[in-house]
Amino acid sequence: MALSSAARVPAGRRRLGATISPAVAYWFAVPSVILLLGTLLLPIMVMIAMSFTDYELGALEFSFLGLDNYTTLWRDAGFWRALLNTLYYVALVVPASVVIGLALAVMVNGLRHGRGFYQVAFFLPVTSTLIAMATVWKYLLHGTIGPVNHLLTTLGLPALEFFGEPSLVMPALAIIGVWSLAGFNMVLFSAGLTAIPQELYEAAAVDGIDTPIGRFFTVTLPMLGPTTMFVIITTSITAFKVFDTVAVLTRGGPQGASDVLLYVNYLEGFQYMRIGLASAITVVFLGIILLLSLIQAKVLERKVHY
Amino acid sequence: MARHGSLLSRSGLTPGQLAMHAFLLLCAFAMLFPFYWMLLTAFRPSQEVFSPTFHWLPQTFVGLDNFRAAFGKAPLLRFMLNGAVICAGILAVQLLTAIPCAYALAKYEFRGRGLLFALVLFALCVPVQVPALPLYMTLAFTGTLDSYFALMLPFFLSVFAIFLFRQVFRSFPDDVIHAARLDGMGEMEILWRIVVPSAGPAIAAFAVFSVTAHWNDLYWPLVVVTSPELAPPPLGMMYFNDPDIGSSFGTLMAAATLLTAPLTVLFLFAQRHFVQGVTMTGVK
Amino acid sequence: MTATVSISSIEKSFGAARMLKGVSVDVAAGEFLTLVGPSGCGKSTLLRILAGLIPQDGGSIHIDGAAVDHLPPRARDVAMVFQSYALYPHMSVHDNIATPLKARRLNSLARLPVLGSLMPGQKTVRAGIDAAVKQVAAQVEIEALLDRRPAQLSGGQRQRVALARAMVRQPRVFLMDEPLSNLDARLRVHMRGELSELHRRLGATFIYVTHDQVEAMTMSSRVALMMDGEIVQVAPPAEIYSNPSDVRVARFIGSPEINLLPGRADPRGYVTLAGRATPLRVGMTGGLTIGLRPETLAIGDGSSDIVVDGRLQRIERLGHDVLLHMRHAGDDQRSFTARVSAMDFDALRMAGRLEASLMFGARATAALMFGADGKRLMPLRDEPSAGNVTYTSSRALMGA
Repeated sequence: MALSSAARVPAGRRRLGATISPAVAYWFAVPSVILLLGTLLLPIMVMIAMSFTDYELGALEFSFLGLDNYTTLWRDAGFWRALLNTLYYVALVVPASVVIGLALAVMVNGLRHGRGFYQVAFFLPVTSTLIAMATVWKYLLHGTIGPVNHLLTTLGLPALEFFGEPSLVMPALAIIGVWSLAGFNMVLFSAGLTAIPQELYEAAAVDGIDTPIGRFFTVTLPMLGPTTMFVIITTSITAFKVFDTVAVLTRGGPQGASDVLLYVNYLEGFQYMRIGLASAITVVFLGIILLLSLIQAKVLERKVHY
Repeated sequence: MARHGSLLSRSGLTPGQLAMHAFLLLCAFAMLFPFYWMLLTAFRPSQEVFSPTFHWLPQTFVGLDNFRAAFGKAPLLRFMLNGAVICAGILAVQLLTAIPCAYALAKYEFRGRGLLFALVLFALCVPVQVPALPLYMTLAFTGTLDSYFALMLPFFLSVFAIFLFRQVFRSFPDDVIHAARLDGMGEMEILWRIVVPSAGPAIAAFAVFSVTAHWNDLYWPLVVVTSPELAPPPLGMMYFNDPDIGSSFGTLMAAATLLTAPLTVLFLFAQRHFVQGVTMTGVK
Repeated sequence: MTATVSISSIEKSFGAARMLKGVSVDVAAGEFLTLVGPSGCGKSTLLRILAGLIPQDGGSIHIDGAAVDHLPPRARDVAMVFQSYALYPHMSVHDNIATPLKARRLNSLARLPVLGSLMPGQKTVRAGIDAAVKQVAAQVEIEALLDRRPAQLSGGQRQRVALARAMVRQPRVFLMDEPLSNLDARLRVHMRGELSELHRRLGATFIYVTHDQVEAMTMSSRVALMMDGEIVQVAPPAEIYSNPSDVRVARFIGSPEINLLPGRADPRGYVTLAGRATPLRVGMTGGLTIGLRPETLAIGDGSSDIVVDGRLQRIERLGHDVLLHMRHAGDDQRSFTARVSAMDFDALRMAGRLEASLMFGARATAALMFGADGKRLMPLRDEPSAGNVTYTSSRALMGA
């Protein structure tokens, strides 16, 4: 305000009226700006620059490679496997956790008693330390002594070696992912649900739609459209960043069946110290995240119109 | 019987409601089963773990033996203390830097405001793994790896806090700020004594969000910490899970119980702020 | 503690919109000046410029003869009461009122939350502040509420706290931005009386912004009517009502609104209303507007100075008075309103005259005439003598 009006006053005249000086605003913003530059923007630029080099930590010299790191990645089966594994994980976790979150939210919201209890129960996994709970899950899904397999054998089904069988390891990780995310999505949906005006349900009832299913499809679901899009993308971003459970439970195994992007990135950068190549992977990772965020921003923009 | 039924429906327990409760209880059971199993295993002897039959309760109750073993195996209290120090340090710096910046973005006009806000929005999308390599190298070159400072550095700036508080401060009435200026308060005083106290709920929600995120974070501690005496809980848990230490499920589950307990307890006491925090992150 | 305030040629634009177009007005020491006007006319902006909360683009403010344009709000020694009261939500009533004194009398270290109270040498200062707060609270009768938070107060109580906070540092000038508009109707009437009384007792300069003409008329020593970023007329309440300089003023002040009927002046200046002659004469020829306030119309028989007739459209009973909404019998078909006593109305009804066309009369002195540009036309008293200045424009009137 101060600046814009000062700009309008003809040159040579003193600024009229007394407002706070714009310097105050700068002083307020400076600490954050320093941190923003130092811990985020500069590192990102350095990281992008390094993705064009063959730098390895501890090396005395390095050379400029151009796009070599990227072509290496393009030809590397391991990188593709990690990318596809990550996408597979996203494809498993997102639909399940969104649908479960929505179903739980709608049902809990429809209750007359005990909403608080269910909210706490379903949200508890979100706040728990995932690493600790992952070890519990490893035990639950254990091939011989896990209760899940106890249940399967009781039902007359064959026992499954979740963390030993390459084709089962991603679904096993996805189960843990869904478990830890569904409650979060439920709370997001609940917020969306409470924003739906009660009159819409009354209007629908007057129009002859009075079954719960009918209400859900004519009012709830369309009104939750923007929230749903938002939840889908938020969940996608979270799922895309899967790292903890892999690092603790599988370490990419068996036979690379659970190599995911961030885990490979971690190994390249911090175990093998191949900074150049790891930077290239990070650039790819950042690109995908930004793309998802862009879609999210578009969705949020559209949501404003509701 | 009819009387009983009418009483039920009068209290809102129609058959439909009862069916929903039944279903939701089943879901809640599934969701909470890992917690139950963790506690169960922490309180029973190791031999029972390998028994081929399923039991709901420990056949032999071993009391706190597993917990004692867990404490003996690794400095669990140390891990938790580390977690507390890191979370407190991060939160303090986050609040001290983000609040003035958010206030400047919300209530002042200055050259570069649009650019700064655009950068904040960009930074909102960037996970810690992106600047991790250069930050790691900087810490390595300055010899500050393996320290509390290294553990906290990437999180000092919370663009999410800036974004959230900007939203909150924007809705703070200009008239009150004007009144404070007329009353003779300085800008700094207005911010910390008038505006911030009224943003209490948002700050509590953010605090809960921040503490949860950094108590549970594994990636960055895994990168920068090598000494066990600096490990926060998730990293400590990882040491436990190491095959070398030997996987006695009882002690493992006891350790898991202990490390996840502080947040669970915090959650049970501050549910409102948790849910509010999620709603603010998600919808706004 | 009182001061003159001089506002000269204040300019303010928001983007392309020119909010204030060179506003000038002088306020005498101890005066109660009301800035009244429709919402969006710039009156609140002017008040904030006075307080130093927003900068003006041009023009100057003097308080007690000294320019304050470059002073920050705190240095201007003015207090403001806001429409929303703008109380500090997390502070007790006591702390709200004490804040302006603390900010002035305690240094910044001593104002720190916990540490501050440990600072030495401020015991007497704090005691003084405490006493001042209690005294002001007693003046506005909120001693019992000092420990409460604003959220625990009713609208009227918040209003009093806001007043107390303004009063406590004994400023030279009080600025009030629609302070009563958030109160319910009864309380508003009550607070009008209290504010007038407060003004009398404090003797300070009050500049009061409102869109409510009743507040303007009942409390002020002078009323400044603002429209579209300009002050149209400044005058004492009685005069602005009886002697408006502009048709916009005449329409804004007075409820129900003044009746505006189209008249004509013949080449000799004689004015006719719907073809009927009137004793009015102006120094111009052609179309003009005749303004008649509803209460100047009396049921008549056609023998009055000015005669208006029409058919009854609608009746509004106000208790002791009745509003008759009429449609003018002239070609214009305009509606007009007459305010008659309930007694007269009942007589009319008994006589069964409501169905037929009704005739009203007014005295010539009650008529207000406006030219095509909206400016007031003064009637000529007598036969014009050649070369005489035949009408007075409102600008001349304002200057007078």
